[in-house]
Order: sequence, then C-alpha cells, then structure tokens
Amino acid sequence: MRVVVERVAKTFHDRRGRDVVALGQVDFAVESREFVALLGPSGCGKSTLLSIIAGLLPASAGRVYFEGESPPGRAPLTATVFQEFALFPWRTVRANVQLGLEELGITGLERVERTRRYLDMTGLDGFESKYPHQLSGGMRQRVGIARALAVEPAVLLMDEPFSALDAQTRTLMMDELLGIWERTRQTILYVTHNIQEAVFMADRVIVLSRRPGEVLDVVPVKLPRPRREGQQGDPIFVQTTDRIWGLIKSQAQAALLDDEVVTERER
Amino acid sequence: MAVERLVVVDRTAFLHRPDYRVVRVLALLGLVVGWELVTRTGWVSSLFLPAPSGVLAEGLDMARSGQLFVHLMTSLERLAWGFGVGAVAGVSVGVAVGFFALADAVVQPIIAATFPIPKIALLPLLILWLGIGEASKVAVVALGVFFPMAINTYAGVRQADPLLIRAAVSFGAGRWSVIRKVILPSALPMVFAGLKLGAGTALLLLVAAEQIAADAGIGFLILQSGNLMETTKLMVGIVVLSLLGVASYWALGALERAVIRWRHT
Repeated sequence: MRVVVERVAKTFHDRRGRDVVALGQVDFAVESREFVALLGPSGCGKSTLLSIIAGLLPASAGRVYFEGESPPGRAPLTATVFQEFALFPWRTVRANVQLGLEELGITGLERVERTRRYLDMTGLDGFESKYPHQLSGGMRQRVGIARALAVEPAVLLMDEPFSALDAQTRTLMMDELLGIWERTRQTILYVTHNIQEAVFMADRVIVLSRRPGEVLDVVPVKLPRPRREGQQGDPIFVQTTDRIWGLIKSQAQAALLDDEVVTERER
Repeated sequence: MAVERLVVVDRTAFLHRPDYRVVRVLALLGLVVGWELVTRTGWVSSLFLPAPSGVLAEGLDMARSGQLFVHLMTSLERLAWGFGVGAVAGVSVGVAVGFFALADAVVQPIIAATFPIPKIALLPLLILWLGIGEASKVAVVALGVFFPMAINTYAGVRQADPLLIRAAVSFGAGRWSVIRKVILPSALPMVFAGLKLGAGTALLLLVAAEQIAADAGIGFLILQSGNLMETTKLMVGIVVLSLLGVASYWALGALERAVIRWRHT
C-alpha cells in the first residue's frame, strides 16, 4: 500500500496559551516497497509527522490515508520503531516481539513461527529469554525492529532508530537494516537528521525545513542497490549529500541560534 | 633542586561503606546478652523486665500447652483477611484512580479527606456497625492497609512511562491491554512498597483492636498478662510480634524478588 500525506499541519498550544506551529503544510507520498527517508534539522516536526501517520497524534489539518491493495490477513497499517527502543522491561526478548501479534489476535503455532522467523532475521536467536536490561543498545534496537516487522505492517515507521547507538554500532545496524529490506522489500519511512544515513539507505529523501516544518524538496538517490558501504565515496553519493546540505545548511544554522528550540519530546 | 615523586592516593577512601557483617550479628547478640545480665545481676527486678532466657522458656511452655498457638492463629487469621481485603481494594482503587480521569476526580478528594483519620478511632464505630466479633477487627486492619496500598498504587500507575504506553497503543493495544500489559507491571514495585508499609500498619492496628475488644489474639495476650502482672508472658507476646513483623517483611521481599524477576536477573 502507498501512504499519502495530504496537507497535514500541526499546531501545539504551549503552557502560556501561545500557538506553536510545528508543521506548516506537508504533502508527500510513500510508494509501496519504497524506502523513503524523512530528513530535517532538529525541531522540524519530523517525529510529530511520524506520530500523526502512526495515528498516535491527531493532525490539526489535512489527512493521512493508505491506498492500494489491502495487506493480507490482519496486518496493521503501521508499526513503529522508536528512537528510545520502548521495549517492555518485564518482557523477555521473545515476549517483546510477540506483543504486536498478541494484540492482532494471532495465536498458537502461527505466533510461535512468526516470532521465530523475525528473531532469526534480526540476529536475535540465542537471546530469546533475555530481558532488555541484559542487552546492549544495538541488540535492544534489534528487538524493536523485530517487534515491528513481526506484525508485517503496510508501512514500517522508523523514528531515528539508531541515533541512540554509538557510531560503530549504528553503521553495522544500518547495513543489517538494508539487508533485511533487500529480502523483504518492506515499505519504510525512516526519520533521521543525518544526511549520510538518509542518502545511504533511501530511494528518496524528503527534506523538511525547520519549524514550521514544510517540504523543501524531495531528492531522489540514484545509487544502485544493493547498497554497500564503499558507495559512500561514490560521486553520486557525494553530490546528493552536498545538494541536501545546501538545502538545509541555513536552516540548521538558524535552528542553532534559535533560543527556544522546542524539541518534540518536550512538548 | 630535588626531584620529587608524588604518588596519587585514593582521595575517596573516607567515603567507603564497608559491610561490617560481624558487627551486625554482634549488635543483636549484645542486646540480648546485656538484657540477660541486667536482670541476672538483680539491677532490674524480673517483675519489670524478665530475662531473655526466662522469656524463651515461658514461650516454649506456652507453645507446648497450645496457648500460644491459639492466640497466634487468631491474630494471623484476622491479619490475613484484613490484609487481603485491604490490599485488593487498595490496588483496584489505585489503578482506577490513576488511569481514569473521572475516577481520579471522584475519589481523590475523598481519599484526601479520610486518609488522615487515625484508623483506630473508627473501631468503636465499626463495632457498632459490624458487632464486636471478627468483622470489626478485620475491617479496621483492612482500612489501615487500604490507604497506603491505594496511594502507592496510584503513584506507581502515574509513573508508568508514557513512551511504553504509546508503544503498546501503536501495536494495537486498547484500554484494558494497556492496563494489564503496561500499567500494572510498571506499578508493581510501588505496589510492593505499599504492601510493606501496609504490613506494619496492619500489625499495629490488629494489636490495638485486640487490646480494645477481644478475648483472644496476641494483643489480648499482652494486655491480659499486663493486668495480671505476668510480665514474662507479656514479653513472649512482644517477641512474637517482633518476629511476625520481621517474617512478613522478609516474605514480602522474597515474593517481590520472585514476581519482579526483570529487575533482579
């Protein structure tokens, strides 16, 4: 299914009753089986946008819809991978991955097999009975990814999934995510503020302006797949990242000087 | 000029807190031995403070005659009922008030108004309503347990991580799923803190109730022995209460470790 974001806007009211416009008017679509990155400086409302698409936050105006052939079975429209992992500390790795399946009413053998399949896919076998606090950051986010993949959503939403990880782990996890994407062609909308990360992974990069967030440009990435780390020296890679940096450099500078940067988490 | 060599020393040494395990045991032993000496040497008349050896002998005697058992079981039965009813009601109300805004608006002011009442002051009223039998004693214990349980559970529910609630909802969880799979497990550590607080309150109220209106139970045993100047029996009652308190605290700790596995493994 494709996701259409149509004239979505979001205004928050702060404690003093003033209106803060987080999203101006955003239009874009993510095609089925596409890997799209949503890129913007901090505080541009990209996580807000993702929450709206996930149905976790109402939009002030506009709408989001999914169109196309309905996914088979009881698959949900979206599943989210959170920046802070959001694993349930009282559930083992296996039980965390099963959560979405429980809520979908998938029981018995199917639940066991699906859990098994996505634990294997994300390299978690042997860790099924561990609790989250016993795992490293990278392993925890694997659980987050396995949990979201397991419900086989129409669109997988990833909210800066690797930004809480150290640089080396992040590189490895990006590689693994690309590998999983090659195998599953799961439609992905990937939020990040890292240009290299966006260009390396995505088919298209939607560049958002700073608050109020609006689409500055949609940049296609013409690097061939499967992507390899070596491609980060490729002229196409360099040109694409330069072009995006040109778009948001002034935005990022302005954001740096902004004395009331309200990140989405603090609202 | 002489060349100096300055070796770095640990400047935090005075902040260390060693375990002193032996001292812990010795302190308790010292108390008992000191107590024994004070009475053996005749400093204090054994009518006012019987020696620990005498208390132990009397306790064994009472256990053999079955007298201690009767009082203990009577008290334990009241405790179990009162504690159970109070805890279940407290957790239920705490979850409801913590999760549903309407329940919060209705119940919060009522709890704020009734919580400061010393529960033992309600015993005469409870006796009037429920009679002088077991029900009024169970009710006063239950009331004493209810408030710390409700207030702690409420705090635990309010502390539940909003991110985890969002995550559960994003995976399709509805209201009851969120309560069962996120809110309750999040609140468990606070629930156990409430149980430990409640256990102390329960013991206090039980003994007070048994000294006001009862014909059996540890509280009754202590009061009656005092009236008859049977100080040794009185001390047996007090030691049993101390053991009950320690045992309940230990049992709740063990239960907590068994239930909240994810924090201890």
